[in-house]
Amino acid sequence: MKQQLESIRNIALQAIEKAEDHQTLENLRIKYLGKKGELTAILKQMGKLSAEERPIIGQLANDIRSAIEETFAVRVSHLKETLLLQKLKHETIDVTLPGKRRELGAKHPLSIVLDEIKEIFIGMGFDIVEGPEVESDYYNFEALNIPKNHPARDTQDTFYINENVVLRTQTSPVQIRTMETRQPPIRIISPGRVYRSDAVDATHSPLFHQIEGLVVDKGITFADLKGTLETFVKRLYGENSVVRFRPHHFPFTEPSAEVDVQCFSCHGDGCRLCKQEGWIEILGCGMVHPKVLKNCGIDPEVFSGFALGMGLERVVMRRYNIDDMRLFYENDIRFLKQF
Amino acid sequence: MNLSMRWLNEFVNIQTSPKAFAEAMTMSGSKVECFETEGTEISNVVVGRILSIVPHQDSDHLVICQVDIGADEPIQIVTGANNLTVGDLVPAALNNSTLPNGIKIKKGKLRGEVSNGMLCSLAELGLTLNDFPYAIEDGIFVLQENCNPGDPICEAIGLNDTKIEFEITSNRPDCFSVIGLARETAATFEQQLTLHTPVVKGGNGSCTEMLDVKVEEPALCSVYSARIVKNVRVKPSPRWMRERLRTMGVRPINNIVDITNYVMLEYGQPMHAFDLRFIEDQKIRIRYAKKGEIITTLDGVERTLTGNELVIADGKKPVAIAGVMGGEYSGIMDDTSTIVFESACFDASSVRTTARNQGMRTDASSRYEKGLDPNNCLPALERACELVELLDAGDVLDDIIIERHTSDEQTKIPLETEWINQFLHIQLTKDEMKTILKKIGCQFENDMILIPTFRPDLEHKADIAEEIARFYGYNRIPSTSLRGNAQGKYTPRQKFEAVISNTMLALGLSEIMTYSFLSPKIYDKIRIPQQDPLRNSITISNPLGEDSSIMRTTALPSMLDALAHNYNNRNGDIALFELAIEYYPIPEQELPSEKTKLIAGIYGNQQDFFTAKGIVEQLLETLFISNYEFTATSEEYSYHPGRCAHITINKTHVGIIGEIHPNVAENYGIYERIICFSLDVDTLFAYTQSEKIFTPLPKFPAVTRDLALICDETIPVRVLEKAIITGAGSLLENIQLFDVYQGEQIQQGKKSVAFNIVLRSADHTLDEEQVNNTMKKVIKELEKIGANLRS
Repeated sequence: MKQQLESIRNIALQAIEKAEDHQTLENLRIKYLGKKGELTAILKQMGKLSAEERPIIGQLANDIRSAIEETFAVRVSHLKETLLLQKLKHETIDVTLPGKRRELGAKHPLSIVLDEIKEIFIGMGFDIVEGPEVESDYYNFEALNIPKNHPARDTQDTFYINENVVLRTQTSPVQIRTMETRQPPIRIISPGRVYRSDAVDATHSPLFHQIEGLVVDKGITFADLKGTLETFVKRLYGENSVVRFRPHHFPFTEPSAEVDVQCFSCHGDGCRLCKQEGWIEILGCGMVHPKVLKNCGIDPEVFSGFALGMGLERVVMRRYNIDDMRLFYENDIRFLKQF
Repeated sequence: MNLSMRWLNEFVNIQTSPKAFAEAMTMSGSKVECFETEGTEISNVVVGRILSIVPHQDSDHLVICQVDIGADEPIQIVTGANNLTVGDLVPAALNNSTLPNGIKIKKGKLRGEVSNGMLCSLAELGLTLNDFPYAIEDGIFVLQENCNPGDPICEAIGLNDTKIEFEITSNRPDCFSVIGLARETAATFEQQLTLHTPVVKGGNGSCTEMLDVKVEEPALCSVYSARIVKNVRVKPSPRWMRERLRTMGVRPINNIVDITNYVMLEYGQPMHAFDLRFIEDQKIRIRYAKKGEIITTLDGVERTLTGNELVIADGKKPVAIAGVMGGEYSGIMDDTSTIVFESACFDASSVRTTARNQGMRTDASSRYEKGLDPNNCLPALERACELVELLDAGDVLDDIIIERHTSDEQTKIPLETEWINQFLHIQLTKDEMKTILKKIGCQFENDMILIPTFRPDLEHKADIAEEIARFYGYNRIPSTSLRGNAQGKYTPRQKFEAVISNTMLALGLSEIMTYSFLSPKIYDKIRIPQQDPLRNSITISNPLGEDSSIMRTTALPSMLDALAHNYNNRNGDIALFELAIEYYPIPEQELPSEKTKLIAGIYGNQQDFFTAKGIVEQLLETLFISNYEFTATSEEYSYHPGRCAHITINKTHVGIIGEIHPNVAENYGIYERIICFSLDVDTLFAYTQSEKIFTPLPKFPAVTRDLALICDETIPVRVLEKAIITGAGSLLENIQLFDVYQGEQIQQGKKSVAFNIVLRSADHTLDEEQVNNTMKKVIKELEKIGANLRS
């Protein structure tokens, strides 16, 4: 019986080690370890053994069972491992095939830069205020110290709805509306669409976007205007931007200035980008004219303030090197997807 | 405004380079656009003297000249011109010389004869007869200048001035003159300004009997002054005057016309010269035109006057439109013998309106309309007469005819040193400020600033601050940060629009921007009926063209234009959106109502109504808007009558979604199905739920049941869903449609609809009986509307 057991052990272990798939293995398990298996069959004959032999053989049988079970388990896990490896190998893909995409929309480049500008001003404590595009002549011109027949009206070719209503030529009317309804301190920007009767070409559009800003408080100085705008320009164009303030004239500010940033391409030497000037004009600004404050019911002897205005399209054109303003309003997806 | 540096130097001594000059002037407020030194295109061209002229052997039109060019030996030049005589001084372009327009001259042979250069005509030097009236057009420019062989030609003919082009702002009409810019220059460079007081000799008798002047509209003509010149000798002006006019961009004509232009450029005061022969009744009246009066202006245009124009009239008719343009017969002719020089100050807005209404902006009107200094009229008039004498252009009569309707009082502004220092954040002493202000022509009575009449723009202490700032230097003023702790933020509405925009982007739609104005024809293009209120739009009275003449009452055409652009460029599948403003006129109200709409448009492979509807549903859910409904409509003219729905939230109309009507798509040249939707952002904002409260996660299991129904094909799924909702009551957690089928095994006119229904209770596990009872109620509700279980 002992020999029988030993022989089962040898044959079984060998067979298990050779088994190449789960089915063979399972058959072997049933053959040796199952209720009707060989080991069980032998153990059933235990009754025939003497009392002395019984524990010894019993012990042996248990050892053999353990050994087979152990080998079996090892083999199972080995086989599992092998199969997995095979499967994984089989499942190898070409990772250079293109990805499956979810379509994402593209934000309009004007929105991208406008949002950036808004963030800069919000960071400096400004709120964003909007107002009507079809605007009364009073808010667009007269309250801004541009009476009827004022020559400054020539510089802004205006679309009229009727004698008293225009398409706003600037977002400044929003400043007036704000000053009429809010008490200082005021810190706002007013972005939006403005209209001038310029025929469409690569650098002109009858509709474009402006961002204007207004600060009114006690003791606002020209130095505050300079400091605020320098910060803005550095945030928008980079810390190394060089800014200069140049006297100019706007009817609604006094003193008035235009702000130039040193040409990014030639650093002031003059090149094609800056039309040989070395500087690129980016915005207009000035201290709010006392007449304008007064028109809005703010006492210019108590309060002072500054205002600024800039065109969005030109900023965006320079940022992305876009050479034709018409592209903004054509909405070609091949254009929109580039930003 | 162009400025001749040579002319400028008559008033202020400036030796700096044009570049440094331009830079300094720009930074003190007179912005230089560009500058250009004349003659820089010309090189290696000198004065030559013709020593001999012999005919060319092999040509019947060429001649061979020996030319003294100031060198040891004369050179030989072959020319085809026939206006030369021995001894003539001529421009000689030598070997390797350049002429305007990039023309290069090299030594060569002409029919076998060596030619060491070229003799030049006026045109070849970039000049015209106006510059040198004594020359001829077709031939070599024979110089009548005081020069010698070998002299560089540009120096010899004075073609070496520098022209500076300024951008003059509308508040500074005084700077539309050499003297005005000289004053700015002197203040900028801290140099002395040397002004000249004109002196007229006269002595040719009185003019008082010759002309009767009366200003009938003193409010529109503050000064009218005139002098009379007899025995006028019309001829070309001298070279120095022609040169200066040319540099300033004015064509020299004859001495009298040139004097009026010269004085206008020098003083900024427009001048006019009338031929006294054509002044009927020897009367000048400054009056309003009579309605229907006709004048033919100098430009040859016959103009009918409306009665709103100020005119200069004689006893019978208008002879000039005041401040704008003279009449045809008032001009100077070759046989003119007696002229009236007029120097007047007309009202700015009157001139501006007239010039605009008559569509004739002139050098004079563009100056007048900015507001001129009444005290400049007389010096300018005197200067003109002085020049007449200097140029020997005629005999100036004594007496000045003048009518003044202006006060001599100067504007006075106190000099508030402290306020200015604080306002600009600088520290100048009172004396330093006074020095600056004196440079620009201000005078002082103690601390009271007397503003010169040529600076009406200085009205307030802020204006004085600007003058101080620009000569102190804007860039020397420090930069400070705003004080106070203001918090900037987006409003809830601004954030809401950002969420809409970001959701659209995330759902794959790209943002577009379109013009707000459209053509009125688009209403036909999108099938809006003639009487529809949508056609009532704000109209631009002076549009660029009909195509952009109305403010849109619907953004749909803008979207269709963008889609069509992409379709025409074969840009594949397209999904676009815009937060677009629409403009609706409001009766009895000055300004229209401006409403922001979310408009979207899609077309392409596998894009249909339900793609767009899915986008709307996802958007609404992102905005936490529930209770929305899509209701079929066949009444939207621009949309497919069977594929369009109104969208409502809590029964409030919020928008429209649908497939674009094939005729509309065709009108836009698109032969694909387009789906658009439009949502009113105000309404969305009103229904968005900003406060959210957490719902606990379910503790008890859900039960699901599938329900297959048969009903009439006309019953919308939404109606079935509503019946299920009613039937299932509070236990209903979700309904999911999973099949709609028509065809085999389904009776004609019917459809099979299958739902997956999820039931759950928040406080206990549902038992079989409860579920069955609920489903019975559901089925009962469905039967009421004619939907039965599919057997």
